[in-house]
Amino acid sequence: MTDATRGNGRAGQGSLLVSDARTARRNAAERRFRIYGLLAVSIGIVALVVLLVSILANGASAFRQTTIRIDVPLDAARLDPSGTRDPAAMAGVTTFRYAPLLREGLAATIAAAGIEAEVDDRALDEMISDESVAQLRRHVLANPDLVGQTVPVEVLASGRIDGFFKGRVTYASAELDSNVTPEQLRLAEELRNAELLRTGFNWRFLTAPDGSDTRPEAAGLGVAILGSIYMMLIVLALALPIGVAASIYLEEFAPQNRWTDVIEVNISNLAAVPSIVFGILGLAIFINFMGLPQSAPIVGGLVLTLMTLPTIIIATRAALKAVPPSIRDAALGLGASKMQSVLHHVLPLAMPGILTGTIIGLAQALGETAPLLLIGMVAFVREYPDAPPDGFFDPATALPVQIYNWTQRADPAFVERAGGAIIVLLLFLLAMNLTAIFLRRRFERRW
Amino acid sequence: MPLTWVLPILIVMGLVAYGLSRRRAIASVAGDARRLHSLPGHYGLNALLATMVPALIVLALWTVAQPLMIERMVAADFPRDAVAPGSTLALTLSDVQRVAEGLEDAARAGVIDAGRIAAMNLKEATEALRAGGTVMAAPLTEAVLTAAVEYHARTVAMRRAMLATLLAVAAIGAVWALHRSRGEFRARNAVEQAVRLLLIAAASVAILTTLGIVLSMLFEAMRFFDQYPWQEFFFSTTWSPSFSGRGGASQLGILPLLWGTLYISFIALVVAVPIGLFAAIYLSEYAGKRFRTVAKPLIEILAGIPTIVYGLFALVTVGPLLRDAFAEPLGLGNSASSVMTAGLVMGIMLIPFVSSLSDDIISAVPQAMRDGSLGLGATKSETIRQVIVPAALPGIVGAILLAASRAIGETMIVVLGAGAAARLDLNPFEAMTTVTVKIVSQLTGDTDFASPETLVAFALGLTLFVITLCLNVLALFIVRRYREQYE
Repeated sequence: MTDATRGNGRAGQGSLLVSDARTARRNAAERRFRIYGLLAVSIGIVALVVLLVSILANGASAFRQTTIRIDVPLDAARLDPSGTRDPAAMAGVTTFRYAPLLREGLAATIAAAGIEAEVDDRALDEMISDESVAQLRRHVLANPDLVGQTVPVEVLASGRIDGFFKGRVTYASAELDSNVTPEQLRLAEELRNAELLRTGFNWRFLTAPDGSDTRPEAAGLGVAILGSIYMMLIVLALALPIGVAASIYLEEFAPQNRWTDVIEVNISNLAAVPSIVFGILGLAIFINFMGLPQSAPIVGGLVLTLMTLPTIIIATRAALKAVPPSIRDAALGLGASKMQSVLHHVLPLAMPGILTGTIIGLAQALGETAPLLLIGMVAFVREYPDAPPDGFFDPATALPVQIYNWTQRADPAFVERAGGAIIVLLLFLLAMNLTAIFLRRRFERRW
Repeated sequence: MPLTWVLPILIVMGLVAYGLSRRRAIASVAGDARRLHSLPGHYGLNALLATMVPALIVLALWTVAQPLMIERMVAADFPRDAVAPGSTLALTLSDVQRVAEGLEDAARAGVIDAGRIAAMNLKEATEALRAGGTVMAAPLTEAVLTAAVEYHARTVAMRRAMLATLLAVAAIGAVWALHRSRGEFRARNAVEQAVRLLLIAAASVAILTTLGIVLSMLFEAMRFFDQYPWQEFFFSTTWSPSFSGRGGASQLGILPLLWGTLYISFIALVVAVPIGLFAAIYLSEYAGKRFRTVAKPLIEILAGIPTIVYGLFALVTVGPLLRDAFAEPLGLGNSASSVMTAGLVMGIMLIPFVSSLSDDIISAVPQAMRDGSLGLGATKSETIRQVIVPAALPGIVGAILLAASRAIGETMIVVLGAGAAARLDLNPFEAMTTVTVKIVSQLTGDTDFASPETLVAFALGLTLFVITLCLNVLALFIVRRYREQYE
């Protein structure tokens, strides 16, 4: 025995079953370390839960909307002065003439229900969304025969009344708010008791276009969803073929030379370039240089295509690499050319992996916001884009940009809308990712 | 849209060429396909490619070049004194283009007769525009209308020329391929060579993208530095762009923006690196299989959530919480958007980034090293701290650098969480701003691409690109070196 081992060891001192101080310390350190790790994992999961819960709590109410049922007397003298019931002639009557009708209808409806209203005409006006007046006018112009009758219509309540039934507005906050009074809220509550006012599922949120700054209750995601779908179509049509072609070349054909190296380094770099830089590229090249229109899905689609390419290339190369060389050798041995062995055998076998990667790339592109801000997709768009391919050049917005847009507006009701839009966005992403997982489980082969 | 017509015509031509070429090849060997050099389909494909690919290339180039050429020609004819005071030639020309397109829209909508456009007077044209749905900011002038009519005429002529050229190119390709379609022609080799070139072209898109990024930002940034001294940009500590549009009054120093960017990124990394690293260690070294299969995907969901969602989370939840719980009681400020808000939320976003990269790297450390250390009597945590982490250190540093690059380039979280005030301050509960926020604010809304206030965004973008590029290259280099070490 050397001195070193004797000085270091504890042989012969005490029982093996009783740990000495140093062992206890080391074991305690081990336990602490383990707890740190567990803590880190828990923090990650808790953060995820808090994030999702806070978004859900914020946005879930966007899917419900308060409406009022009003019997509106469509006064022929005021709506159709010419008396011809000709929509072209009636189009001269502006929403300004329709507003009093709605108010009178509401007053009459209230009286008929036996409710005593303590509010004046202006306050009644304010309880109905401005959007409803335009809606009524469109409805009448589409059905001119209704003029002269009293028709029941379901109109949107104003944002504050809607907020009252979702807990955002209270009697206390109404005291301080110039847009709503406690009397209006009391009336709204009585209307609900009379079953004239109800809160139901909000289909308009998914189909209607954006509403103006003062009409959060009318704002919907229709144009944004359409714009996002258009962009995803463009990304799919461009990024998938280009990405797969690039990967086939790099993985199967590229000689080991400087040029190949440059391309490889480039692709790994592009995957890590900040997304906003792609927005600058789109603005400078596609809009300023090539003269493509601003706010158009085609520009957004092109920018997102360039962003998604690296993701698809990396996934496709991994999928190609996973196909064993024996497949290639067998094809070559039977007299296939290199190109035939790749296109007829390797590529079909790699397809599930490629599709999985593509869907994940698309999901990334769907949630991307920053580059779209720069190419003008923040614009306020109320018109639905046409059907493709012309629609690719029409102005549109996209889901994430619409969310950003709503967070920038003053009325707190828009925060609720933004939360609701995020739920829609996350549902889309969830569906895409589940499809990717399903594809991988169902079709991926292990060699 | 001529495009919608051109494509189907080309496709039909290609398919016809395919059929003809295939038949001709079979006929040349008297119907005995065994005597062909290649499969019959290859002869067809060869003709299809020869018909469509050159025509499509011409189409792409023409579409890009046509508006530029027409604009140049119209600009040459446009009387300089007809430019309205306070406007520029470029603005007037874009008006001309609008009018020309508006007239064409009106013609397509059937409001006016397309043949009448050339002979229109001012009143007629204004009415046609209104009926066609084109809204003009300023009343139409004689000079603009003349130029617009010229623009329209040239566009129509160019379009005809393009159609003729395309058809000619396609026809020549088809005839040439047909001519070569005989039994002894090595069609397969020709097709495969062409496909290979297409593959190379696809792979080069990545290079074109990088080139496009660098060139677009470089050009505009140089225009910026023509108008604004670069020393001021890189070393001034004040950021206060003037909104009046007069260039002289703006102070555009990047330092406060860089400070905000680095400060927020630092906080994000302080959050993300320990959590991500410990999570990776726990998941790869301690966790049982069942725990791992549940926890790992859960953490990785964080990476799949769009940044706008994190932004709203910062704006609605984290910001007010931090303000009410820390900033106001401690007297450090009363702003909901702050460096701390953005940094914390960005840190959460980066956790999966750090953890999955580190996980890969830790798993790549050979089992023999663990076994050796455990065999010598070290506890698991001692093994991790003294053997695994040092062995994986280069890779972990690479992962952290990649996370830092991601943090510096992140936009939506800081746009919604950090605020817009450019300042040099140490207080983390104060609102500050970053390079990316300012790129967004200078390039959205009404932009005038001649003023330094707009062009500065390109200089900012270039700076951002260079910083992240350096970090990425360094990180990729380190990671790659490290991987080779154990393979």
